[in-house]
Amino acid sequence: MRPAMSRWLPYPMMTATLLGVWLLLNESVAPGTIILGGVLSLATAATLNTLGLPGGRLRRPRAAVSLLLLVLVDIVRSNIAVAKIILRPGKGERVSGFLRIPLDLRAPYGLATLACILTATPGTVWVAYDRSRNTILLHILDLVDEQEWIDLIKGRYETRLMELFE
Amino acid sequence: MTHLAEIPAWAAVLTAVLLLTGAVLTLIGTVGLLRFDSFYQRVHAPTLGSTLGIGCILLASMLFFSVLESRAIIHELLITALMVVTTPITLMLLARAALYRDRTEGSDEVPPPPSD
Amino acid sequence: MIVKLLMGTIFLTQILLVTAMAFAAFRVLRGPRAQDRVLGMDTLYVTATMLLLTFGIRTGSILYFEAALIIALLGFVSTAALAKFLMRGEVIE
Repeated sequence: MRPAMSRWLPYPMMTATLLGVWLLLNESVAPGTIILGGVLSLATAATLNTLGLPGGRLRRPRAAVSLLLLVLVDIVRSNIAVAKIILRPGKGERVSGFLRIPLDLRAPYGLATLACILTATPGTVWVAYDRSRNTILLHILDLVDEQEWIDLIKGRYETRLMELFE
Repeated sequence: MTHLAEIPAWAAVLTAVLLLTGAVLTLIGTVGLLRFDSFYQRVHAPTLGSTLGIGCILLASMLFFSVLESRAIIHELLITALMVVTTPITLMLLARAALYRDRTEGSDEVPPPPSD
Repeated sequence: MIVKLLMGTIFLTQILLVTAMAFAAFRVLRGPRAQDRVLGMDTLYVTATMLLLTFGIRTGSILYFEAALIIALLGFVSTAALAKFLMRGEVIE
């Protein structure tokens, strides 16, 4: 059962996402659209299979949803914080700089998600990842207390991502 | 502009608020793009527009067309998903390219690569 | 009354977005370095997407959505290609 399944449906989540995109683009759920979209997304997933992407499985979808909500709230909060920094008059007191953070997370999709979260949140940008030491280099706009940022990123995102992906 | 008259008041007010919030955030972001001194500070500024700014305007568009056509119009979710995936990638690529260029020029603004 | 309010807000939104585009265009023209120009271009693309969406609301036409989707897609591809070019000096290795 398992080999046949993985042969015809190598990436079930990606296939479902592609079908969803097709239905949204066509704005219809007519049987014809679903059949054509299903065939196209199966073919696309099979083509992607030849690339040999690393497999990964998202465990605990409820934890993923709560992480998503947390990130949304953080994006709103840091939008306000960065807007305040931009509108602050004068030039002097902006302290920004690079910060190197050692990570414990090693799963490739977990790292990719962390990169997306950190970069999509205004105020932090993921600059580089060092594979041999498992450290990341960030640029932070409001770098007042380095330890506070390290604790925030490791405690708030990394532990949750390790639960999800490892 | 006859179609605007068909929108109930609550939806019109909500659309207006969302549109203005999005536009103001985007404008603040580009002000930061102008004001900040170094490239690495400027990278942070447009994120305002490409996260919450475009998010507000997409919400406004979804709400407006759903109320106008009295059925759920959610294909704006495609642009949302595209933005969620692409914004971090472009900014990361740009920051890495800038870091690479600065390192090859020997700029002292950036940290050196980790050495053993 | 409501129509006037909505019309006025859409107009104001468009003015704000065009101002934002002007600021981004200034960064494209001024630089000082290539990565600043690419960052300005990327901001221009995102703001253009938003402007098209407000045009869609103003005219009540769904057609603008597709233009917005295409601009967002092309913006991502071109910025990624330019960033790659800045890093290596060529787009496809």
